[in-house]
Amino acid sequence: MTTTRTPGKPTQTAALPEGRSKQRSGWRLVGAYAGRSLALLAFALPLLFMLMSSLKPDTQIFRDMRGVEAFLPVGDISLDNYLAVFERVPFWTFLTNSVLISVATVVLGVVVNSMAAFALSRMVFPGRKVILGVIIATLIVPFETFALPLLWWINKLPYYDGTTGWLDTYEAQIIPFIANAFSIFLFYQYFDSIPKELDEAAIVDGAGWFTIYAKIVMPLSGPAIATVAILTFLPAWNQYLWPLMVVQSEELRPVMVGIDYFKQLNTSWGQIMAYASLITVPILALYVAFQRSFISSIASSGVKG
Amino acid sequence: MSTSVATVPAVEPDALPRRGGSDARKQTRAAAWLIAPAVALLVLFIIIPIGLMFTLAFTDAKLVSPRPPRLVGFDNFSRLFTDPLFWRSLQNTAVFAIVVVPVQAGLALVLALLVNVKLKGVNLFRTVYFMPVVTSIVVISVLWQLMYLPDGLFNSLLAQFGIIGPDWLGDPTTALFSIIALSIWQAVGFHMIIWLSGLQTIPVEQYEAAAVDGANAWQRFVHVTWPGLRQTRTFILVTITIAAMGLFTQIQVITQGGPLDSTSTLVFHAFRTGYAQQQTGYASTISTAYFLIVLAISLLQRYFTRDKEVTR
Repeated sequence: MTTTRTPGKPTQTAALPEGRSKQRSGWRLVGAYAGRSLALLAFALPLLFMLMSSLKPDTQIFRDMRGVEAFLPVGDISLDNYLAVFERVPFWTFLTNSVLISVATVVLGVVVNSMAAFALSRMVFPGRKVILGVIIATLIVPFETFALPLLWWINKLPYYDGTTGWLDTYEAQIIPFIANAFSIFLFYQYFDSIPKELDEAAIVDGAGWFTIYAKIVMPLSGPAIATVAILTFLPAWNQYLWPLMVVQSEELRPVMVGIDYFKQLNTSWGQIMAYASLITVPILALYVAFQRSFISSIASSGVKG
Repeated sequence: MSTSVATVPAVEPDALPRRGGSDARKQTRAAAWLIAPAVALLVLFIIIPIGLMFTLAFTDAKLVSPRPPRLVGFDNFSRLFTDPLFWRSLQNTAVFAIVVVPVQAGLALVLALLVNVKLKGVNLFRTVYFMPVVTSIVVISVLWQLMYLPDGLFNSLLAQFGIIGPDWLGDPTTALFSIIALSIWQAVGFHMIIWLSGLQTIPVEQYEAAAVDGANAWQRFVHVTWPGLRQTRTFILVTITIAAMGLFTQIQVITQGGPLDSTSTLVFHAFRTGYAQQQTGYASTISTAYFLIVLAISLLQRYFTRDKEVTR
């Protein structure tokens, strides 16, 4: 899972043939940075524009777009847009909901999927191959194809308080996303790489399977847990379509759906950008702090094909 | 690790003597408990809904309705074939995929080559190129909506050169193109990483050998890099296509399928029918058609790319 690391593998650099003049390679270096920086600007400027616009009144946002001021904290800078956001929507409620939903999905997802993968990878029982095959097979059906049947179905399921239908609950936003075939697959692959002799030794010592799972295999599976956690967290945090359909009450809404509030009457772009920054900057900060894990996790969703 | 092994025996000290012929049965029972939660949830929230998609497609199911769904045979499918909005959505989805697949794959490869070098600060470039991937597509959609306004960032830039830009999202001729541009911008970093891991599987010796033979940069790319990326190519082709066919959130946030249905896609059409119009039955028909199309395309792509691998 560390395949995305570059250092020590100068694949393309071996490129520079010897014997060129120092000056030429100096210009090459400038060119190398220039091209890469241009691409960097293409990705960074829109995000910078979002942040800067969140600090400006709407009239100034549009005036600044005529020049580089659009990307600079100049002019009438204030936190007014942010204050307006807090007044206009129950931001802390949305944020609490999103944190609750994402964390619950991640924690329960890691436990449930790793347990299943543990049994599939390390235990012998009838039907093991069939179950594994069916789980992997579900991966070919994209979520968006069965989202609407799932909505219909959830609406028919009994709820624990005796009523019918899970619409407008936290459960509807969490429980369908706990079990994940891809997470099971990732854990399964990782568990397969842990020597099975450890289990045998533990069994000789009288340990049960739950003990082996919880005390031996899971503590050795940090990288797999991190990957599954990241790959579960991001989509849970970014949920938009699903909560839009299953949640009607304001107090149960997650942050992404909150953006719709600002697109209704009298659009204030400054406020939209402030709200967008509020729900994006924490994730980008997490990404920059743990970028290696983020990148390798997301790249590992590559093996899916 | 060794400490946790050492603490284990204390947990079930009397398990040893009882173990014997019932070992396999005990193991099966333990496995069943470990698997049960995941299997129950997968059946309830993935397998049954997938089954429902295929079944409800033949019914008149409504999202909220007191009476149970009625079988209507192939009615929904004949409706599908005469539904102009379905064909329009299919066409838009196809155009989107046909443009996005090569452009995004190509740009991603360029970026991967740019960051696959030993250069001070290359990590910074990679980090920034990847940023849109971890940013929510909802956020990116509203951000680009502001940039696309008639008096937005793009048109202000064009005005510097004396060009009066169009109403990117409000004009049916440019709306889909605008969605394409922002979608590529958002996702290209993901495929850059996939290309990058492919590039790093190519042995350095091959580049060294090529350099010794006096190959220039282009020749090295054609004779070493490109053949070395064969498997990555197939993978990228299939994943970008599947992702492109599923175009939805950008449409829902920005254009709602408009103007004049010029950005309506298959998934958006299914959503509009199944949620806004509450016709779960017909929406399942659209979803079934969508699934079969995606499945057929990825099977074809695999078939053709596999064939080439053999003949080479």
